[in-house]
Amino acid sequence: MKDFSNLISAIEITNKTNAKIDALVDYFKIAPDKDKLWLIALFTGKRPSRPVKSNLMKSWVMEITKLPEWLFLESYSSVGDLGETLALLLPNPEHTIEKPLHIWIDELSDLKPKSDEEKKEYVLESWNGLEAQERLIFNKLIGGSFRIGVSKKTLVNALAKLSGIDANQLMHSIIGNWTPNTISFDDLLNGEHINYDNSKPYPFCLAYSLEKELEDLGETNEWQVEYKWDGIRGQIIKRKEEVFIWSRGEELVTEQFPELVAAVSQLVGSFVIDGEILAIKDSTVLLFNDLQKRLNRKNVTKKLLEDVPVGLYIYDILEVDDVDLRRSSMEERRSKLENLFEQNTSDILKLSEVINFNNWDELDALRNAARSFNSEGLMLKKKSSIYHVGRKKGDWWKWKVDPLTIDAVMIYAQKGSGRRSSKYTDYTFAVRKEDKLVTVAKAYSGLTDVEITEISKWVNKNAIEKFGPVRTVKAELVFEIAFEGIAYSKRHKSGVALRFPRMKRWRRDKTVKDIDTIESVKALIDAS
Amino acid sequence: MKLIKFTKKGIYCIPGNFYLDPWYPVDYAVISHGHADHSRPGNKHYLCHNDSKAIIKHRIGQDISIESLGYNEPKNINGVQVRFFPAGHVIGSAQIRLEYKGFVVVFSGDYKTQPDFISTPYEPVKCHEFITESTFGLPIYKWKEEKELQTELQNWVLQNQKNNRTSVFLGYSLGKAQRIMKLIEGVDDVYVHTAIHNLNTAISGSGIELPETTLLKYDFKKADLQNKIVIMPPGLLGSKLLKKIPNAATAICSGWMHIRGNRRWKGVDAGFAISDHADWDGLLAAVKATEAEKVYVTHGSQAVFSKYLNEIGIEAHELKTEFGEDELAQSEEVKTETA
Ligand SMILES: [Zn+2]
Ligand SMILES: [Zn+2]
Repeated sequence: MKDFSNLISAIEITNKTNAKIDALVDYFKIAPDKDKLWLIALFTGKRPSRPVKSNLMKSWVMEITKLPEWLFLESYSSVGDLGETLALLLPNPEHTIEKPLHIWIDELSDLKPKSDEEKKEYVLESWNGLEAQERLIFNKLIGGSFRIGVSKKTLVNALAKLSGIDANQLMHSIIGNWTPNTISFDDLLNGEHINYDNSKPYPFCLAYSLEKELEDLGETNEWQVEYKWDGIRGQIIKRKEEVFIWSRGEELVTEQFPELVAAVSQLVGSFVIDGEILAIKDSTVLLFNDLQKRLNRKNVTKKLLEDVPVGLYIYDILEVDDVDLRRSSMEERRSKLENLFEQNTSDILKLSEVINFNNWDELDALRNAARSFNSEGLMLKKKSSIYHVGRKKGDWWKWKVDPLTIDAVMIYAQKGSGRRSSKYTDYTFAVRKEDKLVTVAKAYSGLTDVEITEISKWVNKNAIEKFGPVRTVKAELVFEIAFEGIAYSKRHKSGVALRFPRMKRWRRDKTVKDIDTIESVKALIDAS
Repeated sequence: MKLIKFTKKGIYCIPGNFYLDPWYPVDYAVISHGHADHSRPGNKHYLCHNDSKAIIKHRIGQDISIESLGYNEPKNINGVQVRFFPAGHVIGSAQIRLEYKGFVVVFSGDYKTQPDFISTPYEPVKCHEFITESTFGLPIYKWKEEKELQTELQNWVLQNQKNNRTSVFLGYSLGKAQRIMKLIEGVDDVYVHTAIHNLNTAISGSGIELPETTLLKYDFKKADLQNKIVIMPPGLLGSKLLKKIPNAATAICSGWMHIRGNRRWKGVDAGFAISDHADWDGLLAAVKATEAEKVYVTHGSQAVFSKYLNEIGIEAHELKTEFGEDELAQSEEVKTETA
């Protein structure tokens, strides 16, 4: 496992994607085929079932270290990861065991039916023969997911660099139906188990931010204007009755959206469409925050499907019955799209609405109103434009709404979870109401790690009151809070509800004297 | 009568009428070491170890009233005998031993039990009452030996050089910087930020030999720095100066880097668990070696560590500190240095 452990170290010792790719390529050059297959399986979430319960592992470590349970739990809460906590608490190993990755995995899977005593003997013997990092990997092989900062895309890019095979094909291959015990490394890479002709995507056409006056765009009737949506830009492919969903990050995300697959499967013919995957409930588009709950899940549960249903707003059509349409004009493609969906209407698949307007002046108001139904603004597409590869200036523009912002002071701080468990990452903010402060928002994103570290130290020093994991702090640090919408609310003490608030920046230049008042916040409702 | 009292200004020695590492200005301050959370400005008079004198004057002011002692050298203040013992934390760091009418209290200041070959190694001191720090007071903290750290750091630099990258270490200017200098001594030219350079000058001025370094001038030539080694304070992460360094690979050296989640903070390339505080076993060994009847725990994980000590039969009490975390004060340090 030394090589695998070194690979993990090499990946973790850099935040440069290219360095990670190089480390993976180096590993692929020396590792046995079975190990390579298992690496791909582990990094893409295909892990074997858990042979030993984590509670057993925890009790063994407590027995070995003679630590009381409360101290074990303190340690766990400070580390935030059980496998790592166990690895850190164990005493140094007394001997060395060296076996390739796939042997470890085979042994662990043989362990599953054995008795607790036999399991204990094997695990303790292994712990005693592995150094800290290998021990962590061993614990991860037994239980937790293998999250080490390598995305599927990074893995695919490494395999492409190694083999010279097209990255999108490799993406389909590794996502496809295979197990390390039923395929060879070469066959996996060559895609013997898939039909890439069916999944092959087109590069996305992208827009620039609008950088000129609308009047300078020319005649209004040369432009197709649509709403811009903040979801997952996706390319949905249906060829030979197979459906694939590609994200803009060139990842295959088909399995994450079963309802889209079902809806698309019912449509007639073969086609490739471009659209936005959005969380849509009761015909209302939800915020990206909600959609996020659906992303990168290992299992899409029934409850999740009900809580956050997704749909697709279709922007464009790139292929019909094996004919590439990308050289046709936007106008022609749009009419093809309308033809196709005239017969195929569905609640889940909707055409992106084309906005009717007569002169440029109307658009600004439309853009500002977009926020009220969770649109990000407008898209302006030249009717004569082809579907470009990537970004090309002049044909497609995005014109976003200006974010709403207020200045508020931090009054509570709470520690984060997972890798941020040692830092205060979740804050509650207040504005002034007469001579008091009133809570208006809670937010947990938008700051750099360095800022979070600094604020955490400040919280440690300035906590007035402990209340479970929450610290009440001196009202001193001022932040600019951006949000997507604002409305009156009876449920909130402040009388207003902010939609999707986030920290835009830490205003070190401002003091609590400079924060907004509840009146100035409410004024935004009328303005927006 | 009681020898010490815990006050808002810090630990007060009643018969001696002086404070240990006071947080607010007092007439007479006995100082454990030069870090900003231990030696604060504004005191009328300072007493510290010989090797800390130049450091404290450099940071607080050349004109302060300050005297110093060697390790184990006694000084009588109002009938209380004060002696310093090595704490192994940074250059000049000391545990402060107070003796009055046969009763002995030791204040550890910050300490680490493992030798770093740059500060005088820690020595246990027997006492009746022991006031200990607890920055890394959890059993998950277990430091690697200096030899292993040396290999890790040097390999990282060599790997960077292979990839045509300049190695930039971020570490506090007092303690961490000198330790990094020692760990990577001889690998290649080492450039240090002004703050570190000035401190090094002060340290060398009092006769302590440090590995050779070059001052990183603000208008440095990029070609000179390529593939070399740079050390700068952590406050400069994200600074223009750091951005100017060609193909920089950055690393933070801190005990917190022992936890994988902290290492993976996206701000830097690498994190090395190098600490100037005692790890769990170090803290336990130190407390036991004092044979103290009563232990006061401060500076970090006081709740956890004191609870554990009580469970294993050592009477311990939790002490609150104004400047809870070492890093806090050190971030202040960086601010003043870069200003
Ligand atoms: Zn210190
Ligand atoms: Zn300290």
